[in-house]
Amino acid sequence: MSDPVLRVNNLRVRLPKGADRPHAVEEISFTVNPGEIVCVVGESGSGKSVTAQAVMGLLPKELTPDAGETLLQGEDTLQAVPNRLRDLRGTKMAMIFQEPMTALSPVARVGDQIAEVLEIHTDLGVADRRARAIEIMRAVHLPDPDRMVDSFPHQLSGGQRQRIMIAMALVLDPALLIADEPTTALDVTTQAQILKLVKEMQERQGTGVLFITHDFGVVAEIADRIVVMQHGRIVEQGSRDDVLRNPKEPYTQMLMASVPSMTPPERTVIKGETSINVTTLNKVYGRKGWLSKDRIVHAAKDVDLYVKKGETLGIVGESGSGKSTVARCIARLINPTSGSISLHGTEIATLPESKLRPHRSKVQIVFQDPYRSLNPRRTIGQSIIEAPMNYGITQDKALADARDLMELVGLSGDALDRYPHQFSGGQRQRICIARALAVKPEVLIADEAVSALDVSVQAQVLELLDDIRDRYNLAMLFITHDLRVAAQICDRLIVMQHGVVVEQGPTRSVYSDPQHDYTRLLLDAAPGTDVEFGSGRAH
Amino acid sequence: MAVTTAQSPFRQTLGRMFSNTSVLLGGGLALLIALMGIFAPYLDTRDPSGISPRNRNQPPGYEATVRDYNTGQKVEVVYRMGSDTLGRDVYSRVVYGARTSLIVGLSVAAIAIFVGMLIGLIAGYFRFADSFIMRIMDGMMAIPAILLAIAVVSLFSAGLLSVIVAIVVSEIPRVVRLVRSVVLSIREEPYVEAAITAGTPTPLLLVRHVLPNTIAPLIVQGTFIVASAIIVEAILSFLGIGIPPEIPTWGNIMAEGRQVFQLHPHNILYPGIVLALTVLSVNVLGDGLRDTMDPRFSKQV
Repeated sequence: MSDPVLRVNNLRVRLPKGADRPHAVEEISFTVNPGEIVCVVGESGSGKSVTAQAVMGLLPKELTPDAGETLLQGEDTLQAVPNRLRDLRGTKMAMIFQEPMTALSPVARVGDQIAEVLEIHTDLGVADRRARAIEIMRAVHLPDPDRMVDSFPHQLSGGQRQRIMIAMALVLDPALLIADEPTTALDVTTQAQILKLVKEMQERQGTGVLFITHDFGVVAEIADRIVVMQHGRIVEQGSRDDVLRNPKEPYTQMLMASVPSMTPPERTVIKGETSINVTTLNKVYGRKGWLSKDRIVHAAKDVDLYVKKGETLGIVGESGSGKSTVARCIARLINPTSGSISLHGTEIATLPESKLRPHRSKVQIVFQDPYRSLNPRRTIGQSIIEAPMNYGITQDKALADARDLMELVGLSGDALDRYPHQFSGGQRQRICIARALAVKPEVLIADEAVSALDVSVQAQVLELLDDIRDRYNLAMLFITHDLRVAAQICDRLIVMQHGVVVEQGPTRSVYSDPQHDYTRLLLDAAPGTDVEFGSGRAH
Repeated sequence: MAVTTAQSPFRQTLGRMFSNTSVLLGGGLALLIALMGIFAPYLDTRDPSGISPRNRNQPPGYEATVRDYNTGQKVEVVYRMGSDTLGRDVYSRVVYGARTSLIVGLSVAAIAIFVGMLIGLIAGYFRFADSFIMRIMDGMMAIPAILLAIAVVSLFSAGLLSVIVAIVVSEIPRVVRLVRSVVLSIREEPYVEAAITAGTPTPLLLVRHVLPNTIAPLIVQGTFIVASAIIVEAILSFLGIGIPPEIPTWGNIMAEGRQVFQLHPHNILYPGIVLALTVLSVNVLGDGLRDTMDPRFSKQV
């Protein structure tokens, strides 16, 4: 094998004083060979992004590499002066980022942004640069590049923007491409296309790819070799099949076991009374045109669903499918345009706010972002007892209940007078669950409640949700874009696309025998289906 | 978990604030000027409106013998900053002038923030009120602040109260816009939505979850209002349409010194310096507060 494109030797990056550990990464050593995709996988805070930034010379000022070297084709980028780094970026190494909207300048045409790379690093003329931009846009399979070259980023979809980013990164044939979570912000079908593209480009140009991700599905889909990181250290590295099929380290085994399996387990059919029944729910945004054309978006169209007591109904779909709209209508955070929501026979879809208040306690919701769903200025005790006190429970009683709930969700009852910033993301999500349970709801809506969590934490929170559903005989509405999560927790499933329910049925039969084309597309797009995860799921 | 004792976000902000150079520097200077106004009678000053025609237009450091009005005794006095066209002591007038400026600055800021916060809260949270309120505010912002102030002062009699009202009216739209923009983003926060599903009544929800987020930007905005109110008051006094000339304000002193500026520049120089220092200190304080209270700055590593 030829010389590696990138050789990282004993890299160590110091963290500023007051951080939770002295070094962001410590004794990191790995190589990336030409034409090879190396996946760095780890949970948040494992130092995987810092490694990439160190190679690119993009470390924030507070972080300083104090040992080791990062050899890019034999040249140490840690020692390179800023001007030399600038030459290397684009020509020898390039990077693509997670958020393609913010990584592109919103005020410049995409063609000009690609041409800018050429303008800086080559002496091509204006016309040649444009021709080259169109050529590379065609290579990344953008439709109609002759026209799209003059588009602005906001006119493109998320997937198209990420393709532009890849085109920009690869236009000068760099030896090394660093991809930092490039598909995390994308829908699963778009993600599949982008992964395919990265692989195709890498094979065509023989680029070495350093691919950073937290998603084991993506790893299984794309990696040649895998580097597993934890707390700034490399836990295990090896070829894809070695690590995925035969992980040696306990940490890797635990991570693999935490990734939910795509195969739904056998579930008994729940035969209880119906807790909530939604019929022909519609939510329309926009206004009737008065002078201009009508601008109407059907966020949810004729949605029918019911959830029985003790049952989990999953709503899956990509962004913009209307799954959150349905959830928010049921929680009456937004008012449905038409339709009926029957909660134990009480019609709540059209109740005015004043009459609705007594019923609010029956439907509670757990949100996606654990960092924003708790008021940072109030102690978690105050947050948990807020709802019970609204319904006339005394403070002492509510606090006593809150202690019990904290212990139920696996936290210490003494932590009630702490503030949210003192807890980790997973702990905060547990607090949110405790808060939702404080008013003894009948329906619990989990709106992407585990999407922002690391896999190991995700597995624990999922287990907790399953546990409390069972214990309180809750009707649970579980909204997610993650088919692996849905497979494990949902009894029944609804698949939504463009505001319409396209398929529904028991989870097992939806996965094994999808009826609708879109469901089939979603299931095919899920990454890493050939590797069996979650086999050792702790129960 | 690293932190075991519960430290509220409020206390953390306070800690950051008192280790910020701008806050300490600007706050210290502003405090000094405030103390100067409060203890004006004890700073070796004389009656700021006591005239002495014989000693008019004298340079700084001029020594004279004047008859005390109360006792009838002749006393030796020093005009530290010279005397004005009526022989009044500019030093005493500048020190006493701090009172008016600070009263105007602080009360304008307090009233504008309170009223603006109420209106902004309503405009930001209740959609039906939004466009109506904001169009009125847009209209008010279209009128130049000084013109609006002149109009208000000329409707009522000139005096401290009408000057305060005049400046408040032109400051309110800015506060309303600020509060509204904060409320618009906070009302989408999941914890506000969680409070809605918890059945928290709307007034309580606003006070408990929405309002605290407006405090930090409002305090910062408040310092800038103080500074601009002090300047507008000085401008109105300088134009002779603000506080009556017998009350010493920095604007009044400068207005009277204007005619003889080329011969006796000290009449404008000293109040001008103190005015500039005051506004500078308040602005530096505001900058420091913004750096320490804005959550975007606290998120850094």
